[in-house]
Amino acid sequence: MSHLLEVIDLEVKFALRFGELTAINGVSFTLDKGERLGIVGESGAGKSVTGFAIINLLSKPGYISGGKILFEGRELNRLPEEEMRKIRGNSIGMIFQDPMMTLNPVLTISTQMVETVLAHQNISKADAMDLALEKLKKVHIPSPAKRLHQYPHECSGGMRQRIVVAIALLTNPSLIIADEPSTALDVTIQAEIMDLLLELCETEDMGLILITHDLAVVSQVTEKIAVMYAGKIVETGTTEAVVHDPKHPYTQGLIKALPGSLQPGARLNQIPGMMPTLTDIPAGCAFHPRCTISDTVCQMEVPALISIDDYDRMAACHMVEKSFP
Amino acid sequence: MFAFILRRIIQAIFVMLVISLVGFSIQHQIGDPVRDLVGERVTPAEREVIRDQLGLNDPFYIQYFRFIKNACKGDLGLSFFYKKPALEVIVSKAPATIELVIVTAIILILVSIPSGIYAAIYPKSWFSRLVMAASTIGVAIPVFLTAIALIYLFGVELNWLPSYGRGETVNIWGWESGFFTWDGLKHLVLPSISLSSIMLPLFIRLVRAEMMEVLETEYIKFAWAKGLHRQRVWFIHAFKNTLLPVITVFGVQLGILFAFTILTETVFQWQGMGFMFLEAVERSDTSLLVAYLVVVGVIFVVVNTIVDIVYGYVNPMVRIVGTK
Ligand SMILES: Nc1ncnc2c1ncn2[C@@H]1O[C@H](COP(=O)(O)OP(=O)(O)OP(=O)(O)O)[C@@H](O)[C@H]1O
Ligand SMILES: [Mg+2]
Repeated sequence: MSHLLEVIDLEVKFALRFGELTAINGVSFTLDKGERLGIVGESGAGKSVTGFAIINLLSKPGYISGGKILFEGRELNRLPEEEMRKIRGNSIGMIFQDPMMTLNPVLTISTQMVETVLAHQNISKADAMDLALEKLKKVHIPSPAKRLHQYPHECSGGMRQRIVVAIALLTNPSLIIADEPSTALDVTIQAEIMDLLLELCETEDMGLILITHDLAVVSQVTEKIAVMYAGKIVETGTTEAVVHDPKHPYTQGLIKALPGSLQPGARLNQIPGMMPTLTDIPAGCAFHPRCTISDTVCQMEVPALISIDDYDRMAACHMVEKSFP
Repeated sequence: MFAFILRRIIQAIFVMLVISLVGFSIQHQIGDPVRDLVGERVTPAEREVIRDQLGLNDPFYIQYFRFIKNACKGDLGLSFFYKKPALEVIVSKAPATIELVIVTAIILILVSIPSGIYAAIYPKSWFSRLVMAASTIGVAIPVFLTAIALIYLFGVELNWLPSYGRGETVNIWGWESGFFTWDGLKHLVLPSISLSSIMLPLFIRLVRAEMMEVLETEYIKFAWAKGLHRQRVWFIHAFKNTLLPVITVFGVQLGILFAFTILTETVFQWQGMGFMFLEAVERSDTSLLVAYLVVVGVIFVVVNTIVDIVYGYVNPMVRIVGTK
């Protein structure tokens, strides 16, 4: 069976005044129908850029400079703008980080929902309204009919994120990309939103790409993990394997940094040192200055992402490579 | 709604009080009602008697109070030149100015909004660059130069458009209007273009800047991610949010526009309040000056109220506050 989404050797650059900045440098992963993938990594690793590259919505100086994005058999990065528009918000839904900023303040909830349906389906406004109501019920919003006629500022943050999720559901997408969907919310509401997403992915058989800092959240919701560092994937595998037996020293650092058990809301950036900015990525392995087990080879050669056990596990590390027969 | 009206009334009272104080001070300092009344040929002693009779030797605050009392009754004194109540003279001139400002406002809206939006959406197009360059230069050109250039080109050289007066007007319930005759409309063209040229560069830049800012927001990115057609993203999602700050500035500038009519009306011999204001200054017709201030103050308050209502209509958050 072919994959729902296949990202092959993706490369994203930002054309800045002083030159080109490579934000994503050869990222590859696959996602099957109904599968849930978590992308984790410190701030600036390129998680959001990866997500936006998939729907070809990179912010201005950014562009896809190489690689392929195959979705339901189509090469997204080659599609004309109008064809891409028909996919956005239709078979690929997006959920953003801050629900306070995602909804348009001057339009009612119903307007923002109905327009999404009408952009993709040839149905009447009344039918679109019914659909909106149905989806609001699906995300467990209290008094959904009343919500429809409200403006975003009349709803709480958690409520708004549910509305955003409902908007993503309107067109029954086969993939949802959620970029830190709970980071901006209260801890209790965070868990609610994650539970909701998990429930919906399972009942609707939707694929999910969950972008987050929060390893604990990822381990609750996803089946696979990709760990990103400085524009590259450094380790991937099943969530189970990566969380309980991390191979890459960076992933090990992330997990060790979690206080005791995996608690929701825990932050990642507690490894000594900082991730390099894109302008001065060190030669060889980008992680070597912060790595406890690095060797001379790490300063010279960029490690490739290769299989390191008999399962789907891959890591990009010279040291792991050596220890694997 | 009640809170809104109350706020408006308080604002109106405050504005009118300030204006009346300014107006009264002018009258008190420069005006000489005795001269207005009896002319120049009366001896100083006789004048002093008249002054006493008129209460002009009373303390300032008593006179001010009397002034307010009369003003409330619509009595702003007699125009020395026209020998008629000053308010009546002003009101008869108001339609000319109001119509000029209305046409100017329409030009401002119709030109600045489309070009501002276009320049924001395609910031690198030659049109945007041209507009930006033109508006930079435009700010620096004084109105009377624009006006004279327009008169020279379209009035004198090409002889396409009349360059002074209001032309033929129609009287509708006491309102002298130039809107309903071809001649009247033709006379409006050059003055309103000159008047709008003062603010056009500012407005285009404002619309462009606000729109560009809105286009960078998360909710616009989300609108794209929903797969909306770009017309919808630009003209519904982005434009409605651009309008809010633009309306506010527009309201303020519209009031200022009335001040600029003084110059424009004079250049075009436009028989409006601004034209009459300069005449009144030359003749030291103080009652008329004060009446002008008061009427412009009233217009200012009315315009601001309308702008506020429009703003509340576009911004849902204001409406909520208003209905509470
Ligand atoms: N508009 C832009 N212009 C220039 N560079 C950008 C732009 N957007 C992103 N980048 C670069 O891409 C890199 C990756 O950004 P990205 O937003 O994907 O990080 P992230 O992993 O999502 O981090 P965070 O956890 O903070 O959201 C950043 O380090 C930044 O240098
Ligand atoms: Mg991000």
